[in-house]
Amino acid sequence: MINLGTDEIVKYPFLAEAGKYLSDKGFSLNQFGTDPDLKRIVSMAFDRIKVASDGRIYKSNLSTNDSLPMEVFSFLIAVILLKLTGMHTLIRRFSLAEARRSERFLERDLSNYKDKTKEQLALQIMHELFSITIKKQDDDFIIPISNYLKHSINFHEREWKLINRKVNSGNVLLTSHETVRLVRKEIDLYISSKIHSSKTPEMIEGFQEYVDKLRILAKKFEVKIVESSEHPPCIKHAIEVLEKGENLSHSGRFMLATFLLAKGQQVEQIAPLFKNAPDYNEKVTLYQLNHLSGKTSTTSYNCPSCEKLKSQNLCFAVPECDNIINPIQFGRKRV
Amino acid sequence: MNDKDIALLEESFKKFYFDNFNLIHVPENPSQREFGFQRFNSKMSRHISLKSDKELHLLLMEKTPSDVYCSNACYSFPNLPMNEKDWKNAELIFDIDAKDLDVSNRDEHSCVRCTECNEIASLQQSCPKCKSSKLSKITLSCNDCIIAAKDQVKRLNQILVDDFDINQKSIEVFFSGNEGFHIYVNNSDFQLVGAKERAEIVDYIMFRGAIPETFGFKKINQQKITLPDFSESGWHGRLSKTLYGSKSKRPEISKKIISSGYTGFQKQLDIAKNQIGVRIDPNVTVDTHRIFRLPGSLNSKSGLTKILVNDIDKFDPYVDACFIDADNVEVIANCPIQFSLKNKKFGPYHHEIISVQKYAAVYMICKGIANHT
Repeated sequence: MINLGTDEIVKYPFLAEAGKYLSDKGFSLNQFGTDPDLKRIVSMAFDRIKVASDGRIYKSNLSTNDSLPMEVFSFLIAVILLKLTGMHTLIRRFSLAEARRSERFLERDLSNYKDKTKEQLALQIMHELFSITIKKQDDDFIIPISNYLKHSINFHEREWKLINRKVNSGNVLLTSHETVRLVRKEIDLYISSKIHSSKTPEMIEGFQEYVDKLRILAKKFEVKIVESSEHPPCIKHAIEVLEKGENLSHSGRFMLATFLLAKGQQVEQIAPLFKNAPDYNEKVTLYQLNHLSGKTSTTSYNCPSCEKLKSQNLCFAVPECDNIINPIQFGRKRV
Repeated sequence: MNDKDIALLEESFKKFYFDNFNLIHVPENPSQREFGFQRFNSKMSRHISLKSDKELHLLLMEKTPSDVYCSNACYSFPNLPMNEKDWKNAELIFDIDAKDLDVSNRDEHSCVRCTECNEIASLQQSCPKCKSSKLSKITLSCNDCIIAAKDQVKRLNQILVDDFDINQKSIEVFFSGNEGFHIYVNNSDFQLVGAKERAEIVDYIMFRGAIPETFGFKKINQQKITLPDFSESGWHGRLSKTLYGSKSKRPEISKKIISSGYTGFQKQLDIAKNQIGVRIDPNVTVDTHRIFRLPGSLNSKSGLTKILVNDIDKFDPYVDACFIDADNVEVIANCPIQFSLKNKKFGPYHHEIISVQKYAAVYMICKGIANHT
């Protein structure tokens, strides 16, 4: 159990028990909609969500002791507004922005040389909430490789690959910034799951206008996706190999079949592609395709990720492949 | 494979197992493992549960399998279908195979078999008999192949110990029974990691995906570049040894590298991947539901045994893993390549009836270049 003072809860408000915090401070939710002094906190909460929806990080006012509870309230009321609005896109953006906000504090606390208790608290949060065991070694933070990998596999940027890390005696060496960045996704998930699992209250007087505004705001983020029919280069290459009558590796065949299945092709349409393979057997091919499609098995298999295809030497990326993580995303554009 | 070949192989394999029960055991936690086996010319049988050596030995005698497998994973219910097994953990296993190592003289030990008419011929593009282009390559690996594979094993071992802090006692090296090695890492933290994490370990070991920034090279502000040093741990140290050759050359070569720019250095890293990255089979390590050839069992691709290697330098697979007896057997051999087993040379043979030791006959039949008379 992590014990936090008010100045710590301001930094990590998602650790507070909302109902308990409000009642400890002597408030009820309804007061925020009616009490003239508390009404401005609802406005602050709205701003907090708006800033997050723009992809920015909400700046806290930590200048005076009096402002600290306001900061915590604005987070808790923002959660209530999000629940009342019920727009997942806003919850997603809010939890990510709040994760990034707390990241800044965690980083500052981790590199606080003057106050070791701050460093200890940051390490404790990482350990208790995200099961990361981190130790300080000189200026570096060290984390066991197996532990590092559990978190780093969430990243697609190449610098997070183990090969691009300093590794020594079973540990990965990180700066305080990298250490905190490693758990962004987990903080984000922690916050969003807390929001999703909290109860949606009845509409509170004075909240309606903000809820309406947020619903309008959320519409801004609706996207339509158009898709071209062109195949990505990895798939084109696999088809070319087969057309030439050359051998396509097992993983190449798996990629091709799962890709075409994902694009909605039927097993009977896909099977003839393999006709030229040196070891072609119609019965076996149909069996395998039916198995992959989930018709004759309990699993329908997904097309492997670009990362996996790279490791299997099946990736022939072109500039249009930038920003996709799976071949089935190739040619998709947001409009 | 024809019935006569199968009869000879089954008889030889059964005798081997009967005489060598001491070599073949169930692994730790047998009741949590999935076992599988294959018979000659038959499909694979998997999702089998065996609880003891006794049950395993009984299976070997009853089924006379061509190959026997066991999962590296432990499951709550190993005999249920895959998605109901309840995966618990799996040893980290690496596969190094000579066929992936681009050994320069490998083609000298290779021939082709036509998949249409079964003709065996020296390496060529089409079948000399029926002109079909559907050919499969057969390689009888030589000492150079094994030396190359051993070199990779030693490099992998060093990375596991130095970088991953794996206790040397937890690393077991097995000859695969054909032309490579399986390296098992037992009792480590990595038993619990999934396929994605294992893919990262694979990329690390193979030196894949390295970027210039990792080694101090920046896209901008290139006056402040500090390239890695010999004394550094991990890939930094290993890369510097490859780039500079010797410490004295470091200043001169560093300058050259920096002047080649970011893209130039990226190219050098890509080249270094083939020189210093360990050539493991990436698909094997990331598959956490695979069944592996069981140590102590015979490999039907060669008739040799998958066996624990205690001293990699002294190990000679063509002597130490050859357990089939030496009774004479008559075969029709069409083997254009010379090979060596138990320090005896065999071949080349051109469609001729020969009488050879059973281990050589089994080896050739398994490779598809001889038939029992």
